[in-house]
Amino acid sequence: MSKTTPPAAAERAEDQDVGAARSQLSTAPQEDAPGLPTLGVIGWARWFWRQLTSMRVALLLLLLLSLGAIPGSLIPQSGTDATKVADFQKNHTFLGPVYDKLGLFHVYSSVWFSAIYILLFISLIGCIVPRSWQFVGQLRGRPPGAPRRLTRLPAYTTWRTEAEPEQVREAALTLLKKRRFRAHLAGDAVAAEKGYLRETGNLAFHIALVVMLVAFAWGQLFKSEGNKLVVEGDGFSNTLTQYDDFKSGNLFTQDDLDPFSFNLDKFTGTYEPSGPNRGTPRTFQAAVDYSIGAYGKDKKTTIKVNEPLQVGDSKVYLTAHGYAPVITVRDGKGEVVFQDAVALLPLDSNVTSTGAIKVMDGYRNAKGQKEQLGFQAAFLPTYGGGTSVVSQFPALTNPVLNLEAYHGDLGVDAGIPQSVYQLDKTNLKGFKDSKGKQLRKNLRPGQTMQLPNGAGSVTFEKGIKEWANFQVTRQPGSGWALGGAFVAIFGLAGSLFIQRRRVWVRAARTADGVTVIEMAGLGRSESAKVPEELGDLAGILYDQAPGAPEPEDPSEDAPEGPSEGPSEGPSEEPSTPDSTSDSDVVPAEGAETK
Amino acid sequence: MTLAAATNENLAHLSNTLIYSAMAVYTLAFFAYITEWIFGSRSKIGRTAAALTGDTASKAQAPAVTVKKAGTTAVLERPKVVVRAAAGARDVPDGPGAHGGDEQGDLYGRIAISLTVLAFLIEFGGVFARALSVQRAPWGNMYEFNITFSTVAVGVYLTLLALRKNVRWLGLFLITTVLLDLGIAVTVLYTASDQLVPALHSYWLYIHVSTAILCGAVFYVGAVTTILYLFKDSYENKLANGGTPGTFATSFLERLPSSASLDKFSYRVNAAVFPLWTFTIIAGAIWAGDAWGRYWGWDPKETWAFITWVAYACYLHARATAGWKGRKAAYLALIAFACWLFNYYGVNIFVGGMHSYAGV
Ligand code: HEM
Repeated sequence: MSKTTPPAAAERAEDQDVGAARSQLSTAPQEDAPGLPTLGVIGWARWFWRQLTSMRVALLLLLLLSLGAIPGSLIPQSGTDATKVADFQKNHTFLGPVYDKLGLFHVYSSVWFSAIYILLFISLIGCIVPRSWQFVGQLRGRPPGAPRRLTRLPAYTTWRTEAEPEQVREAALTLLKKRRFRAHLAGDAVAAEKGYLRETGNLAFHIALVVMLVAFAWGQLFKSEGNKLVVEGDGFSNTLTQYDDFKSGNLFTQDDLDPFSFNLDKFTGTYEPSGPNRGTPRTFQAAVDYSIGAYGKDKKTTIKVNEPLQVGDSKVYLTAHGYAPVITVRDGKGEVVFQDAVALLPLDSNVTSTGAIKVMDGYRNAKGQKEQLGFQAAFLPTYGGGTSVVSQFPALTNPVLNLEAYHGDLGVDAGIPQSVYQLDKTNLKGFKDSKGKQLRKNLRPGQTMQLPNGAGSVTFEKGIKEWANFQVTRQPGSGWALGGAFVAIFGLAGSLFIQRRRVWVRAARTADGVTVIEMAGLGRSESAKVPEELGDLAGILYDQAPGAPEPEDPSEDAPEGPSEGPSEGPSEEPSTPDSTSDSDVVPAEGAETK
Repeated sequence: MTLAAATNENLAHLSNTLIYSAMAVYTLAFFAYITEWIFGSRSKIGRTAAALTGDTASKAQAPAVTVKKAGTTAVLERPKVVVRAAAGARDVPDGPGAHGGDEQGDLYGRIAISLTVLAFLIEFGGVFARALSVQRAPWGNMYEFNITFSTVAVGVYLTLLALRKNVRWLGLFLITTVLLDLGIAVTVLYTASDQLVPALHSYWLYIHVSTAILCGAVFYVGAVTTILYLFKDSYENKLANGGTPGTFATSFLERLPSSASLDKFSYRVNAAVFPLWTFTIIAGAIWAGDAWGRYWGWDPKETWAFITWVAYACYLHARATAGWKGRKAAYLALIAFACWLFNYYGVNIFVGGMHSYAGV
């Protein structure tokens, strides 16, 4: 290289030159060394903020977030399975309390997990805002002018032409604009840039992340979730008191419940009738009619396992089902004291069910005294015969109801909440059969069991009803989350698939009166597309400014340096070594070793 | 009704036969690939070494200049574009591939690819017959996931080949793992064909699961490339620092593309599917919203999908962060793939949750 300039200095000057060409090709924050601040409180605060919004810290927080999510998937979580948590605590007397202290039984709402994502959230916003500003600035500004030595750029081409430099520049400007580059004339060169959608996509993606996060948090705070068991023919209206159980977020109020009501007309379940998967459920569906608001019109629909009914922000899911035999209880005089469909709790996949029938008032025994009746019920939709106590198939092919009869005090008046599926037998006495044993009988639909000594009778009516359990959930903000998700995907695709790149076209007249055209391309990241596109553009421009013969004297074939503009400086040296002039198109990489 | 059941059973048998046949053909392909590598080792190549031990100092300074032939009769051809590697990057040429330029090796390589195509078609038929026999998409249990997964992975490889991408060197690694995957499928995970329980019935199943399998296959290709990158990179480092790697390493690694190419390829592959993986998770959330009444519930499978997603986001960020490019980013990519793998097998086998299907 030049003898007058130390190569390192020339190198540095050229790097600066290319650096300027590369500037503002992205809005990624500059990485500065984590040097310590010097300026008091404000200095520290600024330092801290700069750290928090740097790519390095964003990376670290992302890593922490993925690490932090792991324990929650391996340790039982109270949010999803409270009994498992209790089991774990019983079995691990040492680890249990430690885990509890660390919040490991509710990782995703623990302090430390929240801290990670809140920091990430702040970092994200702190990153987006300046980047958006910067991007707006870039959109309003113009692509930087051509660096002095285009040869140093990743993709480069040149040729000589007889066309006038102005003409070439004009043609290049038109061409680039037609290719939707933002192009302008700067000095003796056209500077153009394209692919702004990449940055737009990237910013949209990060903003969408914020939207999703806010929507998720909003949903957590205002959500509600309740369950209601409904027997065929019965209905439900969406008020707090109607629910069997109900959970809600911290900011939920009763007024948030969407006003609607529905009746369960019919539940249908079908099952695989034969083969190795006999009994596997095939369809579950509930035919309902529902109305919105206090005076809404009745509409009919079916709710299936994967197809909830949506009313406003609420969704009504079908989550469970079972049988509800219709029971009639008569007293000694034959008066009906109880008639209802009694929902029984399924125990296995063939819907072996248990439950209790409680006759609380209206019954008087043979002596005319007020008493309560209780029946322990076991129900098999398909009875296998003999002493079998479990159902053989989930559908009603051979239904049998087994009842155990009791009388006395059900204990329901004590005010202590009691399961509707169980009898509290502390104050109950069993009816005895003729042999003095507990009265117990298998009934088929339509059959009646007589209670001894004129105490009355209990009938298992034909027409067994089914019940369905509905979960009503309301998660506001899910629309926003979904919208954010889709923006995120498209933004991401734009950010990853679009290359932001610059093209410069310089046309300058040389001493021998011929115009030298130089074109160079620069992408944000190295990519085969940049030279490809440059070749394309060069081909088109070449047709408009065809090549001229090369001069005899290779030393004049200096594609370096503009004919105007700052022409001082070490890099002005023509750097084409003479020895290469006889080779064909050759990058000079190998030239000096020859 | 019984007639239909009989055809289904026949189809299920056919499917099994096809899967076993595919395994046999993959095995033949495997041996052909091995032969290609062995023949390839006969040729002596030292492209990397030559590039790295050249006078790097002068090379870094020399500007790339295009010089055209002088003379009045010069042909006025279109200008050529000169490409220049970014400053600081090693400028190492890509290796010639497994056959190492050896003619016989190349022949075996071509045979291997033909066999791979054949096996792929047979396996595809097997998956298709399975789908017909169960009258739904063949993604109801782990066995079906595995056979679909390997089919898609091979399909991705063949598609890249058909697009004339430089990926032939992947063949041996891919087919080895495909055989492993199928072996596990037919021995440990086999489940008789069966229809779905209602909870799995939804068109989101088709969307969510098919994209999940495709993402997995592409992530897998990315992970294999990343591992090879790490080897090749340390090999190049050793050479550049004047070391002499072992002959096996030399023979093997010389034939692979340069570390820069491998790095770029694995980045492209991973980046290209990342949006699809994002979509997969969102589709899963929508499906969960319909099936279970909440779109996100930190179920283990969901959690690990999230962890995988964040890990890949880390990787992409790392590539944009100074000081994390290259090997560190590569390690992140491997961690991310390990997360994906754990989600695919580990969660079903060790953790459970709502995503456990009939028969694993
Ligand atoms: C929830 C957390 C985040 C996720 C999941 C995420 C994800 C991503 C992904 C996938 C990309 C790749 C797109 C590309 O390469 O162009 C990306 C790029 C980027 N992210 Fe994030 N990001 C998060 C947070 C942040 C934060 C906190 C910052 C600010 C420090 C940030 C700054 C950037 C920048 C500057 C880029 C563009 C890099 C480039 O142009 O190559 N991100 N992000």
